[in-house]
Amino acid sequence: MSVKLADNLFSSDIKQAPIRNGYGDGLLILGKENPNVVVLCCDLTESTRSLDFAKAYPDRFVEVGVAEQNLAGLGAGMAHEGKIPFITSYAVFSPGRNWDQIRVAICYSGNNVKIIGSHAGISVGPDGATHQALEDIAITRVLPRMTVLVPCDAIEARKATVAAAKIQGPVYIRLAREKTPQFTTDETPFEIGKAFVYREGKDCTVAAAGPQVYYALQAANELAKEGIECEVLNMVSVKPMDERTLIESVKKTGAIVSAEEHQITGGVGSAIAEVLSRNFPVPQEFVGMPDSFGESGEPNELIAKWGMDGKAIFNAVKKVLKRK
Amino acid sequence: MDIRELEQKANEIRQDIVKMLVTAKSGHSAGPLGMTDVFTALYFGVMQYDPQNPAWPQRDRFVLSCGHICPVWYATLAHAGFFPHHELATLRKLGTRLHGHPHNEVLPGAENSSGPLGQGLSQAAGMAYVGLKMDHKPWRVYCVMSDGEQEEGQIWEAAMFAGKNNLRNLTALMDRNNIQIDGYTEEVMPLEPLRAKYEAFGWTVLEVDGHNIREIIDACNKAKAIAENPTLIICHTIPGKGVDFMEYDYKWHGIPPDGKQGHEALKELRTLGGKIRSEHE
Repeated sequence: MSVKLADNLFSSDIKQAPIRNGYGDGLLILGKENPNVVVLCCDLTESTRSLDFAKAYPDRFVEVGVAEQNLAGLGAGMAHEGKIPFITSYAVFSPGRNWDQIRVAICYSGNNVKIIGSHAGISVGPDGATHQALEDIAITRVLPRMTVLVPCDAIEARKATVAAAKIQGPVYIRLAREKTPQFTTDETPFEIGKAFVYREGKDCTVAAAGPQVYYALQAANELAKEGIECEVLNMVSVKPMDERTLIESVKKTGAIVSAEEHQITGGVGSAIAEVLSRNFPVPQEFVGMPDSFGESGEPNELIAKWGMDGKAIFNAVKKVLKRK
Repeated sequence: MDIRELEQKANEIRQDIVKMLVTAKSGHSAGPLGMTDVFTALYFGVMQYDPQNPAWPQRDRFVLSCGHICPVWYATLAHAGFFPHHELATLRKLGTRLHGHPHNEVLPGAENSSGPLGQGLSQAAGMAYVGLKMDHKPWRVYCVMSDGEQEEGQIWEAAMFAGKNNLRNLTALMDRNNIQIDGYTEEVMPLEPLRAKYEAFGWTVLEVDGHNIREIIDACNKAKAIAENPTLIICHTIPGKGVDFMEYDYKWHGIPPDGKQGHEALKELRTLGGKIRSEHE
């Protein structure tokens, strides 16, 4: 059964909100629910949406300054004392700049730290390649013990934030800057370790994470007009990955397209290929960044130019169907 | 323990370090021997802890930032009763709890894992921030770091943070032995003036002879009494202290003594450098 999504899914007036907003909403819930939750931020309090928490709980907010290595170490030390630190920055800086600290002081040491990487993906736009994190999923999912979550909209980001505090151990949550359709609902299910069928179909599986889940639904809608029925999976839990849902889907469809706003190398598509090659190999096409750095431009221009939009998914489905 | 007993304890720990390194056939010699008096002072003259209950909430926290000197930490923890003394012989061997660099999850008494340099002071600052600013606890945080790791940028990020937040419950002790793997620190990458640098970051800085246990304990007590700032105690040490052929020689930073050298070293330690007759001879 596919899940309940927004009623006006393909309407042009669907509500738009940045995924990072959901993080801010989630923090406010956690602030009330759990006194051990603390937030640390590196001089990006407003843009990472940590500001409301900082105002509501000033004693549990720590301004670290522009020092991401220290951010990870402080988080580890605070977790050692029973806190649940959410260490917050842009994904290019954390986990980009402090990977060694995350590896040793957090993952290897068993410290319960949540790592929040905002402004991930090429859709950061005009800031250009230096600020477009396209490698963060690869470098976090490779770490033992790490959970990796890539929410598809602000509502799911809120749920992921709240859920991350409830499990013991390091979690990486990837957020995006730009407004994207808010197409899930409060009732849409979310669980760490689970993938969700957002559309049922028999011809091809499209397994996506982040904003690409919506683009996958759009592509599926267009393909249906040609009689091609896609099954769309939301792979929000990149690690641990819901192998069962994935395998069941490709057993039915016999082909898969993965879609993400990340390097193809090491990302969600790679994680999917690792599962399927061992269990049920089918032809796979990868929608993602083709081993390149980004550039400045408007988010929608970049997504289109570098082939990570609905059209790219549409074409990838056509291509993979020829390989069935 | 009085000072004489503490010195005897340090001598026993040095002998254990030599034996561990000879058995392991790899590991660092100079740093552990050079910091033995500091570890002895901390564990037997300064810190509060309960070896039967390593997670005792009221304990003082100890963070080792320069994980490579762990033989001295392991030997000291064994002498303090955190795990059986005979386990020291397992250093670096398959199945051991005494890994080549420390792992907090397996070893009682180890608060942190370390190895990559420059990470410990941040973790210590995180603990101190919780104790002082969030949970208002009386325990203190001690962080031992090397001089070479002052070359890591993260150290200065943490120093800035501790200074800004006046983490007066944090005492850092620096092993100022002037050597690192490639040579003398001031040739590899000049560190001085260390005192002025830390003072500029908002710390109180004390300097001690790192082999004078009384001085080390006094400095730690002084740091406790300082009400405003984090404190750095620069411990001037002799790398390889207690073993004549290792002292001051940076070649001994990262290698162990072989069997014959170990025998020589133990003889020297047991006879206090030839001053007394060893019962083992």
